[in-house]
Amino acid sequence: MEKLINDFSFGLFFWQIIIFVLLLLLLRKFAWKPILGAVNDREEGIKNALDSAEKAKLEMQNLQADNEKLLQEARAEREMMMKEAREIKAKMISDAKEDAKIEADKMVAHAQAAIESEKKSAIAELKQQVASLSLEIAEKVVKHELSDKDKQLKLVEEMLGDAKLN
Amino acid sequence: MQRKTLVRVLLGLLFIVSFSGFAQDEHGMEVKEVAPGEKGSKTKKEEIKEFINHHLLDSHDFNFFGSTNEETGETHHYGFSLPVIIWDGGLHTFMSSEFHHNNGVATSNGNHYTLHHEKIYRTDAEGTLNYDKEHGDHPTNVRPLDFSITKSVVMMLVVGLLLIWLFRSLAKSYAKNGSLPKGAGRFFEPIVLYIRDDIAIANIGEKKYKKYLPFLLTTFFFIWFLNMFGLTPLGVNVTGNIAVTTGLAVIVFLITTFTGTKDYWKHIFDPLGDGMPWAGKILIYIILVPIEILGLFIKPFALLIRLYANMTAGHVVLMSLVGLIFIFKSWIGGPLSFGLSFAISLIELLVALLQAYIFTMLAALYFGFASESHADHEVHEGEIQHL
Repeated sequence: MEKLINDFSFGLFFWQIIIFVLLLLLLRKFAWKPILGAVNDREEGIKNALDSAEKAKLEMQNLQADNEKLLQEARAEREMMMKEAREIKAKMISDAKEDAKIEADKMVAHAQAAIESEKKSAIAELKQQVASLSLEIAEKVVKHELSDKDKQLKLVEEMLGDAKLN
Repeated sequence: MQRKTLVRVLLGLLFIVSFSGFAQDEHGMEVKEVAPGEKGSKTKKEEIKEFINHHLLDSHDFNFFGSTNEETGETHHYGFSLPVIIWDGGLHTFMSSEFHHNNGVATSNGNHYTLHHEKIYRTDAEGTLNYDKEHGDHPTNVRPLDFSITKSVVMMLVVGLLLIWLFRSLAKSYAKNGSLPKGAGRFFEPIVLYIRDDIAIANIGEKKYKKYLPFLLTTFFFIWFLNMFGLTPLGVNVTGNIAVTTGLAVIVFLITTFTGTKDYWKHIFDPLGDGMPWAGKILIYIILVPIEILGLFIKPFALLIRLYANMTAGHVVLMSLVGLIFIFKSWIGGPLSFGLSFAISLIELLVALLQAYIFTMLAALYFGFASESHADHEVHEGEIQHL
């Protein structure tokens, strides 16, 4: 203890206090404040960055979920559209078929009608021709028959015989 | 990259320490040669002991090494002298080289002064010192107040400037480098952060640590750097000087005392609080309160003694081991002592850091006690009751 007190130099103590306090003040102003400030800012920055990354991740997840939903919807819509299209196609085909059938029937009917009328007119013509032919024949027969008197009388008689029969 | 820097720093330190071994050899040589010329016959052991004692003291000169003329026995010191400032009924200033001329007596404004074991005494023109034979071997001459810029003061200034330069450049590198440290800052930034997170915040608390942090950082680096310089060939023993550690401890004491909260003082003068009726308290407080008040002073006192004793002990052990080389003077003893002193040097490197850490840590702990608020206090007491 005596050695300690003996070794104690007041001058050194005095300078130590002055130097240390000065050093403390200078370092506080020019070093610690800027260093700790910068470190603090950096830590805040890192924290913010992490937070925003987390946020972005969440947003991403939300977006992905949205996307998934949209995709699902789109898929459903496509499905529906396909189904509709298929239906329309079927309907169109069946309609077309029906129309075609109706048209065909119509055409057939037309044709039949035309044929019928053709037939009728043909028959009518035929009848006319037959009638005129018969007339001609009859005329010729009559002419021929009447050229001979006997025959004329025979015919009259024949006819009369027939008329009697009736 | 950071690891590489760390390795480089450690290698550099190793180099310095191993070099200090050689340098101290040189000091040892100096003593060996000088002592016979000055003090007559002394055993080598005594010479070494004296040299170590001399080394532990502050010095008025800044010597790097000395060499002796074999024939005349005179020593020439390589270094520079420092200003001596003394108050002895008036201001006296002269350079310390004055002590080496004129038979060791410096004259200033009609007063004569001489150096004895690095202390300044007022003497007559012949430099006579009257010794007090009964109480040790101390001169009884008047000792003037000595405010000299000694070797320790110079080292403190150097360390101070080094710290300012180092951390100023670290602070600047943030601005330039996008808030990332550069160069040596990469090594020091984690230490700064460690002190903030694991010393200041851990002991003082998130709310109040900011007020104390500059002091803790400055103290840590100041002590650490001075400890490290103590291991260099410069051979300065600043933190092993009781006046320096006292200065630090006094500042810790003042900060603790002046930032003490109401709860802190209540804890000292009324430690039991409302837990006991006043009649019972009086009996206990007669013993308890003086102990608490004593504790106020014991805490910083322990700080100053711990640092002083550790650094001094380290230097004594290291130099004794180096001294052994000159006692053994053999091919076995020499390398053995060198190996041992090298190993101790490595341990001293650790001690240099450890003592700075412990000082800072305990200072933070005391600040934590002092700035304790009521809310923390109750938690604290709760813990004790659980224990």
